[in-house]
Amino acid sequence: MTKISTGTWVEIEQIVLTPEERAPSLPPETKASPYVMRVSGFLVEDAELGQATTVRTIIGRELRGMLRVVNPSYSHSFGETVPELLTIGTEAENF
Amino acid sequence: MTIHDTSYAAVMARKNEIMKQSLGIDYDDYVQSPIAFDYERMMAETGYTMDDIRRIQRETKVGDTPLFELHNLTAAVRRISEPGKGATILLKDEAANASGSFKARRAAISAYQALIKGYRGMIAATSGNYGAAVASQAAQRGLKSIIVQEVFDSRGVGQPEIVEKGRKCEAYGAEVIKLSVGPELFYMLLRTLEETGFFNASLYTPFGIRGVESLGYEVAEQVRTRYGKDPDAVVITHAGGGNLTGTARGLLQAGCTRTRVVACSVDLSGLHMASDRDFNRKSFTTGHTGFGVPFATWPDRVDVPRNAARSLRYMDEYQLVSQGEVFYITELLTKLEGIERGPAGNISLTAAVTLARQMDEDQIVVVQETEYTGAGKHHNSQLAFAHANGIEVRRGDPVENVPGKAIVIPEHLSQVQGRVQDMDKLRRSYLKNAAERLPVAEWSGNDFEFLAADIKKDVEWVRNQGVA
Repeated sequence: MTKISTGTWVEIEQIVLTPEERAPSLPPETKASPYVMRVSGFLVEDAELGQATTVRTIIGRELRGMLRVVNPSYSHSFGETVPELLTIGTEAENF
Repeated sequence: MTIHDTSYAAVMARKNEIMKQSLGIDYDDYVQSPIAFDYERMMAETGYTMDDIRRIQRETKVGDTPLFELHNLTAAVRRISEPGKGATILLKDEAANASGSFKARRAAISAYQALIKGYRGMIAATSGNYGAAVASQAAQRGLKSIIVQEVFDSRGVGQPEIVEKGRKCEAYGAEVIKLSVGPELFYMLLRTLEETGFFNASLYTPFGIRGVESLGYEVAEQVRTRYGKDPDAVVITHAGGGNLTGTARGLLQAGCTRTRVVACSVDLSGLHMASDRDFNRKSFTTGHTGFGVPFATWPDRVDVPRNAARSLRYMDEYQLVSQGEVFYITELLTKLEGIERGPAGNISLTAAVTLARQMDEDQIVVVQETEYTGAGKHHNSQLAFAHANGIEVRRGDPVENVPGKAIVIPEHLSQVQGRVQDMDKLRRSYLKNAAERLPVAEWSGNDFEFLAADIKKDVEWVRNQGVA
């Protein structure tokens, strides 16, 4: 496994509550999974993916969790073109 | 440092103590019974005047947003209306606030309060525009911020709209705690408040709601200056109730006592809000009935002991619209008016089309917000995501919309009709919820007066509902 260096921007994951520890009266499909937190920060020690480690968040708090992603990024987009929207408000629809 | 028990039950049991520490408000001061509390005194004792609020907001790029007349949309509505009908539609461009939505008004006052009370940072639990607003205002006041956000289902999949909101919070320097689906969001908020000692920038404190009052006040000023009269109706997207409460209070402070206050939500009936499965079957993450109805019929279900957002106190009507209708109107706004805005901000615009059609040509209906748009927070990405999650997307009659199953986008403006929610049913539901907190036999005269004011009726009406 590759070692990820101290100071790298990563995302960790922590199980906050196991299914048994979760709030009462949840719908069964929600109750079936643990309550999970993900947060990004700078690694405070060298660590491997999947390993328990500590990060320092952007505001300087130290949080523990399993190293999940190196250099977490955003890739959300405008989505594939939805043809149903294209002609709204055009001559084709009498505007 | 004290080591606290962080089990769900233990943290929830420390709720009141954590709230007192993190807000600097002792709600016990205002509570009169399990039902009633001194609402107006609580709002007044924030200590801010309207001038203070506007000055504080100007310091951090909030308020004084433009009010646009939507000439082309108004003309299009008149073409499908009976002769003499078709009110002028005005749009308050709240996307112009720092962070891109009206939520900046709420966050501005909370950030100022946190600063003067000596807190080092502020925390909010929200998957909405409010997170970015808190992060942006905190950044300007030199405060740290943490946003606690419900983001992904058990497959790790998040709505593009929420993912974008998380990105925006991080862009302003906030720590974003991203969580899986569940009502334990509140538990996580309490834990984080306790760990950090930060200010609780709850959406439902008097500071947050007072911050929205400037919005109603500006609407009144701008309409009077330009049209020489008061707005006939103001349409307000309704979820937790703060937008409606704050705006209506601002209108009243400006003296607009005859303006109709119209709530509007996207109808998502049938979808469960705490369900891991339904989470990604909603194409709106806010402004929908999953919040709007429960918050109207029992406001005190929030992260503070008594909610400053009390929508039924100010609401005259409640319009429901379908997801397909809002997406249609969002596209129409872009094509006809040449401005691209986020779909959630256009919920009230959709209802305004229905209302304008029923109103006289010389009347004015104001849509009091817009929100920013961009990757993720765009009707195309929401619809593409819905399609990828097995939801049918097609053109047709919007009455065929089925939340979580089919999004039917109108084929023509005349099909944008919405439907009316029965206000008295909501009021009775509120009274039933009150009766669960305190048996009717124990309601005092003061409780009756509080309840009547809280649903905009008189004591006699409350007594005649069969609940009381």
